[in-house]
Order: sequence, then C-alpha cells, then structure tokens
Amino acid sequence: MSDVRLTIDGKEVTASRGMTLLDAAQSVGIAIPTLCHHPQLEPYGGCRICTVEAEQGGVTRLVASCIYQVAPGLVVRTRTEKVNRIRKVLLEEMLAHAPESEILLNLAQDYAADKDRFEKEPSFCIHCGLCVRYCAELKQKHAVGFIDRGAQREIHFIPEIAGQECWDCKECFPLCPTSALQAAYVLTEALLTPAKKPSCCS
Amino acid sequence: MCRICSAETLEKTRQEIRLRSDPSTPCIAVCAGAGCLASGAAEVIAAFEVELESRGLTAAITTRGTGCPGFCERGPIVVIHPQEICYLQVKPADVAEIVATTLVDKQLVERLLYVDPATGSKITREADIPFYKNQQRNILGANSRIDSKSLDDYLAIDGYAALAKALLQMSPDQVLEEIKRSNLRGRGGGGFPVWRKWAESRNAADPTRYVIVNADEGDPGAFMDRALIEGNPHSILEGLIIGAYAVGAHQGFIYVRQEYPLAVENVNLAIRQAEKSGLLGNDILGSGFDFRVQVHKGAGAFVCGESSALMTALEGRAGEPRPKYIHTAVKGVWDKPSVLNNVETWANVPLIIHQSADWFAQFGTAGCKGTKIFSLVGKITNTGLVEVPMGVSLRQIVEQIGGGIPAGKRFKAVQTGGPSGGCIPASQLDLKVDFDELTKAGSMMGSGGMIVMDEDTCMVDIARYFLNFLQDESCGKCTPCREGIRQMLKVLNDITTGKGHEGDIELLEDLAATTIGASLCALGKSAPNPVLSTLKYFRHEYEEHIKNKNCPAYACKSLLAFNIDADKCKACGTCRRSCPAAAISGAKQQVHVVDQQKCTRCGTCFSVCPSAFGAVQRLSGAAAASVSATMTLAPEETG
Ligand SMILES: Cc1cc2nc3c(=O)[nH]c(=O)nc-3n(C[C@H](O)[C@H](O)[C@H](O)COP(=O)(O)O)c2cc1C
Ligand code: SF4
Ligand code: FES
Repeated sequence: MSDVRLTIDGKEVTASRGMTLLDAAQSVGIAIPTLCHHPQLEPYGGCRICTVEAEQGGVTRLVASCIYQVAPGLVVRTRTEKVNRIRKVLLEEMLAHAPESEILLNLAQDYAADKDRFEKEPSFCIHCGLCVRYCAELKQKHAVGFIDRGAQREIHFIPEIAGQECWDCKECFPLCPTSALQAAYVLTEALLTPAKKPSCCS
Repeated sequence: MCRICSAETLEKTRQEIRLRSDPSTPCIAVCAGAGCLASGAAEVIAAFEVELESRGLTAAITTRGTGCPGFCERGPIVVIHPQEICYLQVKPADVAEIVATTLVDKQLVERLLYVDPATGSKITREADIPFYKNQQRNILGANSRIDSKSLDDYLAIDGYAALAKALLQMSPDQVLEEIKRSNLRGRGGGGFPVWRKWAESRNAADPTRYVIVNADEGDPGAFMDRALIEGNPHSILEGLIIGAYAVGAHQGFIYVRQEYPLAVENVNLAIRQAEKSGLLGNDILGSGFDFRVQVHKGAGAFVCGESSALMTALEGRAGEPRPKYIHTAVKGVWDKPSVLNNVETWANVPLIIHQSADWFAQFGTAGCKGTKIFSLVGKITNTGLVEVPMGVSLRQIVEQIGGGIPAGKRFKAVQTGGPSGGCIPASQLDLKVDFDELTKAGSMMGSGGMIVMDEDTCMVDIARYFLNFLQDESCGKCTPCREGIRQMLKVLNDITTGKGHEGDIELLEDLAATTIGASLCALGKSAPNPVLSTLKYFRHEYEEHIKNKNCPAYACKSLLAFNIDADKCKACGTCRRSCPAAAISGAKQQVHVVDQQKCTRCGTCFSVCPSAFGAVQRLSGAAAASVSATMTLAPEETG
C-alpha cells in the first residue's frame, strides 16, 4: 500500500491509499462525530454528521469523511464555522425525532444545538440504517429494511423473516443510536400484526 | 429487409428506399405521439384509412403516423405533404372533409388552420406558424418527417450514415476528438462536457465498459425525452452505438421509465429492426465492432434519474443514490466504467458526426453549443416542445414562440430546471438561456422544463409546491435532504396559511445552507433552489405574507376574503347562484352577503360578478382579516 500525505486540521498526516478521511483523522487523534458509521459495515454516508471541508487545487468541498478517501495534498478541516453550523442544524433536525437520545444530546452540547428548535415528531428513528445494514451485511437475514421514501421513510421488520430469526438474535438493538427500544418496538409490532390476520380473514 | 453488412449495402438500401418513395406523392402525416394519441390520433388515422379505402385512393395517397412535433396542446395534428398544410385539433368527423376538399379538390379546410392570435389571420403551412417558425429544430425536426416505427423512413433521411462514417472512416479517438471539438454538453441537467466523461471511461483500466441512455425523465411536465425516444428511436440507438465505439463498450442499456409504454415499445422495435438488419450485434457494418443493447424499464421515483441511483437500479437493487466520489464513468454499473448520457445528448451525437462539429458549433453561445429542447408550459398561449439555439433570450421563447401570456395577464416569472430549479423574474426576461446564465441567475437548465407564471401566481406558494413534490421524491437516505426539506416545507406551509413568524426567512436560509452543503446527491443539493430563488427575487412577497398576512397575488386561500360591496351590489343574483358552497345569501333587490364561515375562497363570485358592477371585493391581509372577523362576530351580536 502506497502512502498518501495530506493535512488534517493543520497536522501532516500519512495515510495509506484507500483509507477514508475519518480513519486518517482518527489515526492522529482527531475525533470526527459519526452516527451511521460502523467499522464492520460498508460505508453508507447517510447521517452526514461527519461532514468536513476538503480542499484540493484551490477548490473546497463539503464531503462525508466516513466515505471520502484520502488523496495526496488534500487539506482537510474538520471544525470550521461552516462545518459546525451544518452539524448543529443536522443535530437539531434529528433531535426533533429522538429528543431523548443520549448520543444526540451529548453532541448537541458540543455544537450548541438547540434540541427544541423544531417541533417534535418523535418517531425515534434517525434513519442511520445501522440495524438494516447489520442485518443485511453481517447476518445476511434481511429481517429489517427501509420502506417508503422521502419524509415517509421508515424501518420495518419483515414479519415472515423476523418471526424466524429475531428473538434469538436482537444484535441490532444495541446499535441503535436513539434507543434500543425503538427496534424492539417496531419488531414487536411487526410480529403481532400477522397474528391478528387469521382471525379477521377466517 | 436484406442484411446491411457494409457501407455499400447501407447506401444501396437507402437509394432503393428513396426511389420507392416519390416526395411529390401526397402523404397524410398524423402525429402518433403519446400526446396526440391521448387526444384521439389513432381514431383519426383509422378514419383516414377507411376514407381513402372507400374512395379507392390508398395507392395514390399514403398515411403515416409520425413522431411528436411538440405542439401537443393543439393535437391531433395532421400535416398534408408535399404542401405541408397543417390542420390542428382534427377529429375523425373532419376526415371526410379533409380528403374531399384538400386531397381531391386541392382546397383548404379553413376552419382547421392555425389562427394567429396577434393578427387573426390563418396560417396554412406548419413551418409558418410562429410557434414553429422561431425554433431551430435540429433534433426534433426529424420527428414529423418519419414514421417512428419504420427503419426505412429513418434510413431515407440519412439515418445510420453517421454510424457508417464513425465505424468505417474514423478511429475511436477521432470520434472522441470530434465530440470534443463540438463542445457538446450533457442535456440531462448538469451540462457536463460529454467528451470528458467518454474519455474518462475510455481511459479506465477495466476493459468491460457500458454506455447507458437515461430516459427516466422524472421531471413532471417535461416530455422532450419521451418525444425523441418515441418519435425517432433509431437516432438514439445510432448515437449510443457511436458512443460505445468511442468508449470501447460492447453493451448498452436504455433506462426508460415504465410510464412511457409507447417509448418502450418503439425503442424495442427499433432494436429488433437494427439487429435484424445488421446495425446491432456482431461486426456492425463489417467494421468488426460488436455491440448489443438492452432496455430496462424503470419503475422508480424521480430520484432514479440520478446517475448513481439509476445504475443501482440497473443492477436490480433499489434505486437509491450512492456516494460517488469516484466518477461512475470509472466505477459505475457493477463497478465497471459506465457512460450515462441523457436521451437528448445521445440524439445530438449522430448529427455531430454526420454534419461535423463545426456545423454543430455554429448554433449556441461561446460556452454552450447547439440547441436545447424546452418543455414550455404554464400560463402561456402556446405550450409544447420548443427547440432553440442555446443563448436565445427568455423573452424570445416566451413572447415569440410561446405567444405571450393569455387573458391579458402580466408575465411574472418563469420557473426553469424542473422541481429543484428556480424562478426567474420579469426583470431578467432578456437573459440569454444557456447552462451558465441560468445558473448565474440562481436557477438551472435541468432537463429543460419551463413553466411560465402570470401575476396570479404566488411565489411563496410555488416554492411550497415544489418542496412538497421533493419531500415525497427524496429517497430519504440522508438527513439534510430528508429533514431539511421536511422543515423547510413546514415553514412554507405556515407562511402561506398565515402562520408565519418573524425569523422564518432566516430559518429557511439556515436550513437551505445545510441541505445544500451536506446532502449526499444532487437532489438534496439542489432541493432548496425553489426557496432560495424566490427569496432572491420575490423576498417582499415572503415579507408581506409573514408581516401582513397578505398574499399579493391573491393565491393563498387562507389569507383571502371575498366581500360584497353593499354600495355596488345590484342584487342580480349571479354570484349567489354560482357559489359552489352556497355561501351567499340575498334576494331580489336585496344586497347580497358572503357568509365567511361557509366561504371556501374559491373566487367564483369575484369572477362572475358583472364587470359593470364590480361589487365583489377580493381582499388579502388586514382587510381580509377584518372582514372575516366582523362576519364571524355578527351572529353573536344579533343572537
Ligand atoms: C434527482 C435527479 C434526477 C435526475 N433525473 C434525470 C432524468 O430523468 N434524466 C436525465 O437524463 N438525467 C437526470 N438527472 C441527471 C443525471 O444524474 C445525469 O447527470 C445525466 O443523466 C447525465 O447525462 P448528461 O451528461 O447527458 O446530461 C437527474 C439528476 C438528479 C440529481
Ligand atoms: S440527497 Fe436526498 S435523494 Fe439524495 S441521497 Fe440524500 S436523501 Fe436521497
Ligand atoms: S458517519 Fe458519515 S455520513 Fe454518517
């Protein structure tokens, strides 16, 4: 693996080709917040909380550091005013759904995010996709997926698969950044619904 | 047809076809595009066939279903060749008269001709109608000259000559160089230089490469890609094969939205015809070059037109955008180098190769060459597809081609670029339309949608309308797009219903900055455009809504009231009888009154009150609020 030299927050960093900005930053002790990132899963780039500024050839772009790969001469800034502002608004948007999430509340302090800025719509899910991807990529069960799109997008357990697989596994519960109860709740609901079916169909 | 296996057999076939068809033979060309079919073109074609048959004229006069010329609003359109007499809104009942009068007696059926609204005079030839006359129909022009289901017709108009030239006389590098010289830029929205994408793929290490046609066209109201692929499918195929040759691809995909069944049918037919004739498959035209094409029906959302989402869908997975810090030209479908271009982009390729880059570059501006097709709709006299050279002013499009705003209303703005485009105000009507100028003005070219708005359109409501569309069409994967649109839409809903607050504009700007800065794909990055461009040019309308609960365009119903002026009301009863909500009370010689609680603010009374009286007042802001307030108090006082 050839080495790539870049700058992160003024520090000279030597990284290996193919590494993400997030990994390169962590290797020199620079912390970047993440929510949808999981070292064992494919990079996803959904939550965007890891957004940083990356400058190359005089052009500065905002990129998701959990996906963007190191490049020679890249100048990365992880805490500019713009980045802070974006993270603040993203946190405020997510806190409208998961006002009790400890991870979100801790980050809200770092970024002076107002947890009450937006009207609450407690659905608890922030769509990080950790449960969905963990189940698909590592367990290869596909018991939980996303349904619908846009503002209607939700996680959803597939009753036929969940009924077989989930009770003995539940490995996705602790991954949830908002509350493990969320996954449990949706799962229970999914499993209870089909049980009602026969009585109404017969 | 015999197999076309070389440049010579291609030319020989072409000559034979031309000899068979005498251009002076009368021909009835009926548009058989989706728009005209919806207004009854198939019945019109059938009626012509029956009529010609019964008069024994089938040998002397031919009938042809052509591609869409773009004037769908006046369809079904019938053009009688060789004189090019154009009849509009033709019904099966008109057919006997057309045959008797025009084809037999050589007279015009005056009542079916186009009437110029400016002069009141009738126009006979299609090309003289102002809607067409002021266009430059390099690409669309062929649509009405051919039967969209006939390879022979395409060959007759020099079809596949560019392919023969590219495969047999040019190296892939020379093709690439010619496209580079033409400076062709992608017509699907971004205006990315075509040659650069092709070169990137060509230079990619992986030898398995793909070329793809993006015919997803999810932009509501736009139908230029549909018209091209339906009306002239071989031209898209020809462009695609040339591109494949330049890039070194042997497999192509055409991604067509499922809602376009006729496009799917016609392009599949064209592929079969090309395969049978030797224009697709192995050793095309004896050049040694192999290429195959598959049609993929897209059942997805607006976002499936985005390049990475489209490629994910081609792989058979859910069409969701992927981060693409590595260009899809290098790592696309199944991680192979994949060149994706828009339908209209591909349609330009054969023209450039056949007629040269210099020919192409004579149209357009310094940075944007060639023509662009726009879909002109909204509050405008002539709606339809409009092809003009890049750099034509908005004014020319709106006034000369579009024929201006109907009903004596004032032009207010034109929205360009599709749902995530922007609005351009009257003060910028002289803007030269190309990729760069539209972006500078805070809008974008997008796929070429153009919605004209008159004085009755509220710009805040327009922003709300587009954000509402985008809220459903975002894939929902990333936070700034999904949540940013949700929150912006909430603010816009509040503003348009009288619940706006001080600080809402700043809140919109804050949300927009995050959505643009942090979104994963271009849908999110451009989603705030409708808000930001209307804020840029119509900020005072936002302020009026927020501060004074006033909609200056009288469009936001929650901010309106209708009231009958007691001094002007002549008790004619027209409004009372017309009100769909039965909200108006009154009798003969008794002043009429609107019950504000029953009133749905539809505005019927306002439009039906005889203008000589002008007794119905349309109010917004404080005046509306006070009318509503007094009226709701009234029962209490009397009761
Ligand atoms: C949300 C979204 C929707 C899009 N829809 C289309 C579409 O329907 N048709 C199209 O050609 N390009 C569409 N695009 C642009 C494509 O991503 C891509 O840039 C284009 O097909 C490339 O072709 P071109 O270079 O010839 O324009 C869309 C982009 C976005 C972000
Ligand atoms: S920007 Fe919108 S459409 Fe694009 S990936 Fe994010 S949520 Fe999906
Ligand atoms: S951690 Fe990078 S996008 Fe979520």
